[in-house]
Amino acid sequence: MAATAKDTAFKAESRNLSPQEIARDLIGTAIITLLLLIPIVFYRTVMNQGTLLLQTRLPLVLGLTAAVVVGRLLLHLFVWQRAPEAGRASTASATRTDWRETVGKWIGPAMLVAAIFLPWIVQFIPGWERRGLGIAIYIMSYIMLAWGLNIVVGLAGLLDLGYVAFYAVGAYTYALLTTVYMPLWFGEGIVPWTFYIVLPLAGLLAALWGVILGFPVLRLRGDYLAIVTLAFGEIIRLVLINWFWFTKGPQGINVPKATFFGLPFADEPGSFSDFFGIPYNRLHFFFFLYYVILGLALLTYAMTNRLRRLPIGRAWEALREDEIACRALGINTTSTKLTAFAIGAMFGGFSGSFFAARQGFVSPESFVYIESALILAIVVLGGLGSQLGIVFAAILIMGSFELFRELGFLQAILPEGVEPIQFRMLCVGLGMVLMMRFRPRGLVTRRDPTVYLKEKKAVSADLVSQGHG
Amino acid sequence: MTAAWSHDPELKVQHLTMRFGGLTAIGDLSFDAGRKQITALIGPNGAGKTTVFNCITGFYKPTEGLIVHRHPGGQEFLLERMDDFRITRHSKVARTFQNIRLFGGMTVLENLMVAQHNVLMAASNWTVGGLFGSPRYRHKEAEAIERCKHWLNKTGLIDRADDPAADLPYGAQRRLEIARAMCTEPRLLCLDEPAAGLNPRESDELNKLLLSIRDEENVAILLIEHDMSVVMGISDHIVVLDYGRKISDGTPAEIKADPAVIRAYLGVDDEQEAPAAVQADIAKSIAEPPPPPLTIAKNARKPVIAKKRPEPVKHKGGRK
Repeated sequence: MAATAKDTAFKAESRNLSPQEIARDLIGTAIITLLLLIPIVFYRTVMNQGTLLLQTRLPLVLGLTAAVVVGRLLLHLFVWQRAPEAGRASTASATRTDWRETVGKWIGPAMLVAAIFLPWIVQFIPGWERRGLGIAIYIMSYIMLAWGLNIVVGLAGLLDLGYVAFYAVGAYTYALLTTVYMPLWFGEGIVPWTFYIVLPLAGLLAALWGVILGFPVLRLRGDYLAIVTLAFGEIIRLVLINWFWFTKGPQGINVPKATFFGLPFADEPGSFSDFFGIPYNRLHFFFFLYYVILGLALLTYAMTNRLRRLPIGRAWEALREDEIACRALGINTTSTKLTAFAIGAMFGGFSGSFFAARQGFVSPESFVYIESALILAIVVLGGLGSQLGIVFAAILIMGSFELFRELGFLQAILPEGVEPIQFRMLCVGLGMVLMMRFRPRGLVTRRDPTVYLKEKKAVSADLVSQGHG
Repeated sequence: MTAAWSHDPELKVQHLTMRFGGLTAIGDLSFDAGRKQITALIGPNGAGKTTVFNCITGFYKPTEGLIVHRHPGGQEFLLERMDDFRITRHSKVARTFQNIRLFGGMTVLENLMVAQHNVLMAASNWTVGGLFGSPRYRHKEAEAIERCKHWLNKTGLIDRADDPAADLPYGAQRRLEIARAMCTEPRLLCLDEPAAGLNPRESDELNKLLLSIRDEENVAILLIEHDMSVVMGISDHIVVLDYGRKISDGTPAEIKADPAVIRAYLGVDDEQEAPAAVQADIAKSIAEPPPPPLTIAKNARKPVIAKKRPEPVKHKGGRK
């Protein structure tokens, strides 16, 4: 728009701009755009029954300004930096790395802040108050699952195709303990609190199953390991279907939903809204769920990050790089693999019991192989071992699934009987193929060292091995 | 035989035999490696040197025989019946590999930290204490980093500490592998061809490094090497293997003079031994390697296979 003329003038120099200079340039762009837009776009005259009214359109002006600034930023980032003249190649690439570093440093905290305020932001979008929250919870639970699987696949380099089994263990632990065993052992009184008691238990049980699966399997490597974990996932699902008296088979189990520390979310005396003296709103439950899963996901993130800096985490990564060298250094690879399996499984169990508490219903149908594949796809698309990449990948994959639900309007131009939603898997598959072609190491391809002497330099993913199973 | 290394050996290998199916890779091999000594294991390609290493470090379980690692305190470890990682952890034997096995995607410093896994693992109370940042763990971690720095300084890698290991040049990777093995605080260090692919200056530095490991850290070194300038320059004791059997055992000077060794290396025909003058000549060529470091070793097997070819004689003609 307004800044186009200036752009051309700047084009030559902007290649070597530092972040500060670019920020200044962007502020200048914003001011010029605003100055131009206020007389041109801000005021609008409308004819209304013979009188001429003056209308202001502030949102449009702000939106256009933002678009110009973002566009210019993208040009700075990707267009002007990418085609350096031969003589300037080195400086230009240095600026580019700088940029990457700055973005890399701030994007994590920025996304955390965005995640914390997301439920409120969503409230400002009409028609999305509940749906937006629902999708956010959905995506967040996949982020958590993928972060859990990342420990096994991304750090320890063990290909696990049956991760959903631990998710199922967590969900059924929650369902069976809350509906059958806790009331049986402790009486009905404890039921409102069960979510908080069962959550850690579900994690522990899933970890136990991780160890049980691990013992026979960890002698295997690569493809063989993948096949056995795949089979394990299916075995758990088939047991859930067929062990009728214990799991109620395909009928599934209705479970009480999570409560706010004993206060249920309902329009009744003694409920959450009653206790705090606020009018009942169905959204309270979604807010609550969102923050629970956000908390669990952040726990997963923080714990993984912490473990990476401990000897156990370094041993996982070393295992991924070279198992034989690990053994030559006196590392017990079997127990190291087992801990990776168990801790990954534990987070799967946490999110499984969250899943049950959110849905209020579990059945074996929720734990099919495609879920494992989806979680693995998120980990791989994000970049093995990269926690930030996993967030992007989860938003991309799960978000695009939801996006397809919103494409109903395309029905008008599509032939009879063809619905956009039927193409979602096709499109995601196509996306994965394209990714494998253009970014084979995933979206975020850098590994942060866990310890450094002078300077923390990211390790390029080209050097990082992907594990042999 | 009351050689210096047999008085109070660090490592005793007795009647070691390793068979792979019908192939006897090592046959009835016995030798001692002395305390605070550098023992070189040499022999033509395929003589079974690396197999010996794999038996000592537990990667292979020998078919027969005894491998005893004796600590100075009198404690003895029977290596042939221990798991590979337990050998490093408890018996304090560290090794490097012929084809370098570094953790390429991890930084140089991280490689050395992984080597101190067991110490740090215990200090972190098997992760629980570490998770909550216990002072003991933090103290031990700082100590571990100091040890890394010590070895990085010694191997001249301190400036590359934060670079990924796979980015290092070949010679530096070799040194890093030795530093990593030393970070496990071994009593016996097994090096599988540490000088392979090094230029003369680098192998000279390697010699100094190995001598300082022997003299300052009091670590016994067992060495497989083809580069004679390294072997003859620093070894206290040499064991020569051919076809899995020991053909000679002694000080470098004794080995240089041993006709059996010369035969194995240069493939003199068994029935028609070359005249004594030729042998002396060949012995001289082993003893004083010509300026480009002598690499008889790499392809030394060839003359042995083509036994009927009168190559040594031709060689002799050239010399005169």
